[in-house]
Amino acid sequence: MAGLNSELPPLLVTRGLAFGYDEHGMFRDLDLCLRPGTGLVLCGSNGSGKSTLLRLLAGLLLPDSGSIERAIEHTTGEPVALAWHGHHLGLKTGLSVIENLRWSGGMHERRRRMTPASALETVGLDGFEHVPTRELSAGQRKRVALARLLLSPAPLWLLDEPYANLDPRGAQLVDRLIGHHLRNGGSVVLSVHRPDQAAFEGPRQLLDLDALP
Amino acid sequence: MMRAFFALLGRDLKLAMRRRFDLLQPLYFALLVCLLTTLAIGPEPALLGRLAAAVTWIAVLLALLLALDGLFRPDAEDGSLELMLTAPAPLPVLVFAKVLAFWLVVMLPLIVCAPLFASMLHLPGTQWLPLLLTLLLATPCLAWLGAICAALTVQARRGGALLALLLLPLTVPVLIAAIGTVDAALQGLPMRSPLLLLGAGAIAACSIGPFACAVALRLGLR
Repeated sequence: MAGLNSELPPLLVTRGLAFGYDEHGMFRDLDLCLRPGTGLVLCGSNGSGKSTLLRLLAGLLLPDSGSIERAIEHTTGEPVALAWHGHHLGLKTGLSVIENLRWSGGMHERRRRMTPASALETVGLDGFEHVPTRELSAGQRKRVALARLLLSPAPLWLLDEPYANLDPRGAQLVDRLIGHHLRNGGSVVLSVHRPDQAAFEGPRQLLDLDALP
Repeated sequence: MMRAFFALLGRDLKLAMRRRFDLLQPLYFALLVCLLTTLAIGPEPALLGRLAAAVTWIAVLLALLLALDGLFRPDAEDGSLELMLTAPAPLPVLVFAKVLAFWLVVMLPLIVCAPLFASMLHLPGTQWLPLLLTLLLATPCLAWLGAICAALTVQARRGGALLALLLLPLTVPVLIAAIGTVDAALQGLPMRSPLLLLGAGAIAACSIGPFACAVALRLGLR
């Protein structure tokens, strides 16, 4: 499996990436190569730049120098889609769970054979379709955002602290979703507080941002 | 691409309908501006009538300013802006959906109620139609100018005040053109060419605005 993956073109490549090195000492000359089916785990202390690196990869921040390239989708000629899961989940509290999934799903194409109802069942929120999102707990909202990931056909997942606010079963759910995504040839970049938090199955690289020169 | 457009438009309209009280705020504010002007000037129908179109216009402008901070800020705070920015759909299309929704739920009610405000100010009957036409044609331009300024200030902590300082000078040409049109009608001059000018402004704003606004949103991220 690993041999097969190494022949596939990478989904995401960075060359000489630098950000905030002079001011906050974050990172420079960062070369990453993420092949389909692998996960990249970012760890490091608070303020080491985990979220910043993820935001750079998502295009939400511009690097000081260096380049970030995503693989090109051969059907459309556009860079492959990415699914973003940040600290702020992007859920409208005034809408119900299913309405939230519909609008965010409408911005992407829908993954085939996956409906909002089945995604909610997978994350353990079946029966919550029409509950207003404002009535959900922090952990339940996190699960709604995970259901949104499931609905997205994007091969590249960028997850900022996906284990935060979740109980142990929720953390197992995240591991299961990531493992499944990797087996299907997707890639995941995720940030964690401790490397042992990320217990998903599948090939992984570990990047300790504290250990960078 | 159109799916993303309608998904976002539908979402914003639905959210607006769920918070109807918020929709009344700009209307109530415009009403108050007109009311205060009436009280300040006193019972002089002739003088009020001469000022009516201008006061109504200022009231609409201030009400727009009040509502504009809610265009992108809630999305930036709850993270939906990040979803928009990372979505595969082009950002100008998504921005267009948001501004269209804003125009429908904030500007359109103001336009519909404007004759009511104006009649409170003794606007001469002949000026009603010109006032309505200028509002219809000039508000798209105002909405886009406002959206660009809102996008620029969305990451600023006290964006509301900054937004006003940034936007109001930019609205001067629109305001002059609109009031000029109403005045022309009052003096019996043809309105056609100033109206066409306002229409051209609206078309230009709708075609350039989405791209400028998308750039402004991305600038705010740095």
